Amino acid sequence: MQAVALEGRGDLAEWRDAARALAMAGVGPQEVDWRMAGAASLFDAAAPLPPATRPPPRVPRAFLDLAESVVCHADPGRFALLYRLLVRLQDDPALLSMPADADVVAAARLATSVRRDCHKMTAFVRFRETAGEGGRRRFLAWFEPDHHIVALKAPFFARRFADMDWMILTPRGSAAFEDGVLSVSRDPAAKPVLDDPTDALWLTYYAAIFNPARVKPGAMRAEMPKKYWKNLPEAALIPQLVAQAPARVAAMAAQAALPPPAHHARIQARRQASALAAPPAPESLAAVREAARNCTRCALHCTATQTVFGEGPDRAALMIVGEQPGDREDLAGRPFVGAAGAVLDRALATAGIDRAQAYLTNAVKHFKHEPRGKRRLHATPNAHEVAQCRWWLRQEIALVQPRVVVAMGATAVLALTGQASRLADIRGRLSPFDPGRALLVTTHPAHLLRLPDARRAAAQTARFEAELAQAQRAAQVLPA
Amino acid sequence: MPRSLRERLAILSDAAKYDASCASSGTTRRDSSGTGGLGSTEGSGICHAYAPDGRCISLLKILLTNFCIFDCAYCINRSSSNVERARFTPDEVVWLTMEFYRRNYIEGLFLSSGIVRSSDHTMEQLVRVARELRTTHGFRGYIHLKTIPDAAPALIEEAGLYADRLSINVEMPTDAGLATLAPEKQPAGIRRAMADMRIRIEDAKEPTLRTRTRKRFAPAGQSTQMIIGADASNDATVLATSARLYGGYGLKRVYYSAFSPIPDASAQLPPVKPPLLREHRLYQADWLYRFYGFSIAEVTAARPDGMLDLEMDPKLAWALANRGDFPVDVNRAARESLLRVPGLGVKTVDAILAARRHRRLRLDDLGRLRVSLRKVRPWIQAEGWTPLRLVDRSDLAALVAPPAQQLALL
Repeated sequence: MQAVALEGRGDLAEWRDAARALAMAGVGPQEVDWRMAGAASLFDAAAPLPPATRPPPRVPRAFLDLAESVVCHADPGRFALLYRLLVRLQDDPALLSMPADADVVAAARLATSVRRDCHKMTAFVRFRETAGEGGRRRFLAWFEPDHHIVALKAPFFARRFADMDWMILTPRGSAAFEDGVLSVSRDPAAKPVLDDPTDALWLTYYAAIFNPARVKPGAMRAEMPKKYWKNLPEAALIPQLVAQAPARVAAMAAQAALPPPAHHARIQARRQASALAAPPAPESLAAVREAARNCTRCALHCTATQTVFGEGPDRAALMIVGEQPGDREDLAGRPFVGAAGAVLDRALATAGIDRAQAYLTNAVKHFKHEPRGKRRLHATPNAHEVAQCRWWLRQEIALVQPRVVVAMGATAVLALTGQASRLADIRGRLSPFDPGRALLVTTHPAHLLRLPDARRAAAQTARFEAELAQAQRAAQVLPA
Repeated sequence: MPRSLRERLAILSDAAKYDASCASSGTTRRDSSGTGGLGSTEGSGICHAYAPDGRCISLLKILLTNFCIFDCAYCINRSSSNVERARFTPDEVVWLTMEFYRRNYIEGLFLSSGIVRSSDHTMEQLVRVARELRTTHGFRGYIHLKTIPDAAPALIEEAGLYADRLSINVEMPTDAGLATLAPEKQPAGIRRAMADMRIRIEDAKEPTLRTRTRKRFAPAGQSTQMIIGADASNDATVLATSARLYGGYGLKRVYYSAFSPIPDASAQLPPVKPPLLREHRLYQADWLYRFYGFSIAEVTAARPDGMLDLEMDPKLAWALANRGDFPVDVNRAARESLLRVPGLGVKTVDAILAARRHRRLRLDDLGRLRVSLRKVRPWIQAEGWTPLRLVDRSDLAALVAPPAQQLALL
C-alpha cells in the first residue's frame, strides 16, 4: 500500500505530481491511501515508491479541466476518484464521454458542486470599504466557501474590480489585489471586523424591491441557501419582511380608493386640450397616409406591426401595386424593401424606370402572416381584407393620378378590378381602367423568387422586366 | 423638506419592482483589467441576492422618476395614484450604480422612468445616465434601459450604443386590453418601436463592408413584459401574442408578470391575489415553445377554454392528451421525440444522446443521468424496460400527476 499525503487545498499540481509518479510506477488505484497532510494513516510504515517502469500517463484535455474543479472539492475521496479515472483513461481514452459511468458521474457531481460554489462566491461576496492609503480605494470581504475555490475564482474578481484594491478572506484561503497585482494564499484567514455605511442603502433597496404580495421563501432559499445568510447583510431583513407581508397585503386590499391627486386633473385637461387642437384633415396624400396609420378596418392591424402605406411622389405617371407587405416591409414600414423588393429594384433598373419617380404600394397595407417555428410566414389576404383595404388604394389612385397602374399578382388584380381572374389570361396587355388610365397585369416579384427551375426563372424575369418597360412606355405616351 | 437619497431610493425601487425582467446574461464578454474602469460581463449573469418573493436581484432596478403623465390602470405610478413621488438626478443614479457595483451587490443597472414632459425628454435623461456610466466612469457592467416608444431615432441609437439590453413593455396581451387599461399607450407605436429595434440589432450584427468592424447596438437584445390576470385574456391568447413577438421582433425574452395588488389600486382592478401558478405555467409553456419544438397550438390544445392546466405542467398535459406518441425508445428515438417526454429536459436529452453512442441504455443508466424514473417510466422504453401499456391506463393521470395537497383543518 502506498500512502500519499497532500495539503489538499485545491492545488491541482500537487495531486498531478503525485499521481503521475504513481502511474509511472504502475501502482493500481486500490493500492494508494490518499490522505491529508498531518492526518494519521493506517499504513504509516508506507512502502517506498517502486521505480518508474511506464511512460507518463496521457489524458484528454477534458480530464484536466474536470480535475481542476474536482481537486477543489472538500470531499476526502476526490484524490482516489481522480486517480481511478486517470488509470482507467489509459486503457479507455473515451471514458469521459460515457456520462452514465459511475466514476464519471461521481466526478461530474463533484465538479458541479464546485462550480456552484464558485458561482455563489461571485454572487455573495460583499465588499466593505476600509480606510485606504494613496489614490486607490480599499475594500475587504469575508466569505465562507464550501470548497477550496479562492484561487480558482480570484482572477474573476481581478478582472471585474480592476480600479480598486481589495482583499477576500476565507477559512480556505485568501486573495488580495493591490495596484493591479493579484496574490493568492491557500492558508486559512480569520474573520475581520466589517462595517460600511453604504450597506444601509443596500438594505433599503432590498426591502423596497421585495413584493409582499408574492411571498415565496422556498424559491428564495433554493437559490440563496441559509448557510450563506450569516455573511449577507441583507439577509438580516428576511424574517421581518416575511412576517409583515400578510399585513401589508391586507392593508392594500382594505384601502378604499382615494380621489386622484391634483396634478392628475391638470394632466388630463392638457391632454384633452391637445386632442381637440388636432388640425382637420386636408385632402392630401400626407393626410391620407396619416389616417391610414390608425386603420382598424380589418383585424390584420392587431397582428401586424404597422400600416405600410404607399411610397413615391404625390403625382406619378406610373403606379405599381403589389399584394401586401412582407416581413421586412412590416418591420421597416416601407413597401418593397425585402427580398421581393430587391427583385423589383433590379427589374425596374433593367426596364429603365427610376424607382423614385414611380408610386409603389400594396393592395393590402398590413402584413398577414402565420407563425411557423420562430418565423413569420406570409399568408394570402382573403377577399374581405382586400375589399376593406381598397378604401386606401382608391384614395391613393385618386390623389396620385397615375396614367398606368401595374397590378403585380392576383391579389392586386382583385383589389383593382374587384374580380378574381386567372393571371395567365390577362397578363401583359394594357387594358382601359378608369377614364384616361390603363391597367397592366404582370406577375409578383415574390413569385419569381419561388421558381425552382433556373431557366424558367430567367425567362419569367425577362418577361416581368419587359412588361414593366411596356407600362413605362405607356405611362409616357398616354395623355395626362 | 427635500427627501434624503435613502428615502428616494425606497420610493423609486418600490416603484420599479413590478417589472419582472432581471436578466444580466447574453451580452458581449468584457472586463475592466487594464482599462482604469470597473466591471465585467462574462457570459452568464449573476444573481447577487434573492428577495423573499423568490425573485433574484441581479440589477439595481430603479426609476429615474415615478412622476408620470400616463394613467395606466395597472400601474403603481399612474397619474391618478396617490403614491409618493420622487426623482433622482442622473448623477445620483450613476453614483448609486457605481457604489453598489463596487460592493458586489449587483451586476449593473436596470433603469426605467415614468414619462415626464415628453418621450424625448424622458429618453434623453435615461441615455444621459448610461453615457455618464460608460464614458466618464469606464463602467463595464450590465446596463438595461427601458425604451420610450416614439423617442427620437438618434436617442434610441445612442441608447443602444451604451446599453446591453433595451426593452419596451407590451403590457397587455391584446390591443383591446391595452386600450381599456392604458388609454394613452399606443399598441401600434410599441410594435413599431420593437420592429425598429430588431432592424437596428440585426444591422449591428453585420460587419460593415469597409472596416469589418461591428457597430454596437444592444448586444443582449430586446425583451418585453406582459401583465397576466389584469384583463380577461386566456393563456392561448397570451402565448399567441408571445409567439408573434418572438417571431416578429426577435425578442430574447417575454416576461410574464402576474398582476399584483398595488397600493392605492385603481377601482378598475380588484386587489386580487396574483395568479402565481398561472404565471409559472406560462413560463413553462414559453420554454416548450422556445427550446422543445412545441407550437403554441399544441401546448394550448388540451383544454377547450384555452387555459393551461394548473394541476400539471404543460408538457405532461400534452403527453396525456397524445398518448399514441408513446412510449419513446430512449435508445433509438430522435432528439425531437425525446424532448417531448415528460421528465426529460434539454440537458438530459443531450446526455442520453451522448451516452447511447457507447451502449444501450437501461433504466438505471438514466437514473445516473439524474432522470426522475418515477416521472419518465411510463413514457419510455429502454433496454430491459417496456412500460406495461401504462400509457393506455385510464388512471394514468392519477399515477403521474403531482399528488393533491391535503387541506388543513381550520
